[in-house]
Amino acid sequence: MPEKVRLQVTVNGVEHDVLVEPRMLVLDFLRDELDLTGAHAGCEHGVCGACTVLVDGEATRSCLMFAAQLDGAEVRTVESLATAGGELHPIQQAFTQEHGLQCGFCTPGMLMATVELLEHTPMPQPDDVREALGGNLCRCTGYQNIVNAVCAAGPLVAASQGTVTAAAREVSA
Amino acid sequence: MKPAPFDYVAPRTVAEAVDHLARHGDDARVLAGGQSLVRLMNTRLATPAVIVDINRVEGLDAIEAENGSIRIGATARQRAAELHELVRSGAPLFARAGEHVAHPSVRRRGTVVGSIAFADPSAELPAALLALDGEAVVAGPDGERTVAAADLFTGAFRTSLAAGELITAVRVPRGGDGPTGSAWTEISRRQGDLPVCGVGAVVTLGDDGTVARARIALCGVGDTPVRATAVEEALAGADPTEDAIAAAADSAARDLDPPSDPHGSAGYRRHLAVVMTRRAVSEAAARAREGAPNA
Repeated sequence: MPEKVRLQVTVNGVEHDVLVEPRMLVLDFLRDELDLTGAHAGCEHGVCGACTVLVDGEATRSCLMFAAQLDGAEVRTVESLATAGGELHPIQQAFTQEHGLQCGFCTPGMLMATVELLEHTPMPQPDDVREALGGNLCRCTGYQNIVNAVCAAGPLVAASQGTVTAAAREVSA
Repeated sequence: MKPAPFDYVAPRTVAEAVDHLARHGDDARVLAGGQSLVRLMNTRLATPAVIVDINRVEGLDAIEAENGSIRIGATARQRAAELHELVRSGAPLFARAGEHVAHPSVRRRGTVVGSIAFADPSAELPAALLALDGEAVVAGPDGERTVAAADLFTGAFRTSLAAGELITAVRVPRGGDGPTGSAWTEISRRQGDLPVCGVGAVVTLGDDGTVARARIALCGVGDTPVRATAVEEALAGADPTEDAIAAAADSAARDLDPPSDPHGSAGYRRHLAVVMTRRAVSEAAARAREGAPNA
């Protein structure tokens, strides 16, 4: 048996100090070891994006990274979005409002890709969304509502952070 | 857990990485961005006994100017390269080709050098390196050597690297000797897919407006990326009119022996080679004429 690898990682603000098998994927580590089942195992070879989480702020396919590589990293999963009391994150509210999900399987990946997009592009236009979420597949809703949801999420997130600028209001108007 | 068991090492220096690679030979694989390798491991098309993770090697992710070249380190991400001012101004073909690789979230982890070392004959970046007369900087047990792109790709998913060797960076020359323009064109089944055929062109014009030099490389049309030498020769010294470019591009498929697969027949790929070469050269020449610096 290969030697296990020691790993210190922060997931959704909680520090973990664990030993993992080298072949354990980040996806399996989150789902099976930490019981964070929000990141979904879809294609498991990097095509569908359902397993997308943020590693040090970057949208990452957790099926294409080994947990052993996470030493010192900070991971955010979809479980970090809603409050402990169950209040939805503005991005989740926008997806609900715009019917940006149907079965919900792809949604955790869509949401986390959106978190990253909005951090760089707070008021995205449809083309920005199609580019940023191009690697996330949805089989039921159709993409138009997802694009609408992400565009609607920009102003909602800004408003929740109290950082709506005049320019941002103009764009969203 | 889908991959077969393996030992994991995360060296801190190139020397340590090379040492691991030399010790384990073909049983070891280098892990950089993992966007190709881990996919193969999940389906067990690759079952390496040892993974040498080079992400912890200090400084390997640098993108920097080096004499007349741009050096892109082994763990520099594709997204970082395509957005980097040095690349966009000095070797824009690399950025243009890079924008066609998969999707942003894949490019944020995937590395430029990893894609080149993987040597997929359909992939954009190996062809872009070839068109730019780039080279790989290779570290091995006997020290460092450089390998020109033309000598690097030896077959589908094969390079001329020996066991124990590691590509630590690729270097591409900056700009051209005169007004230079570049373009990348490709046809893929869906956006983000590997191209059925892709063409990168870099055109440098002389003082009289004729083509001083054209550099053209294609992917998806053989076991390796290929230089369109016949087209380059036909363009040299020519006035880059639409007719002259079309006439030159007609020879793009002359020496090709493209594969037939469900994505496209050999005949279709030969057709695309001509059409995409014409479009790429035409666009590159137009950019060179506009005189945008190093466009």
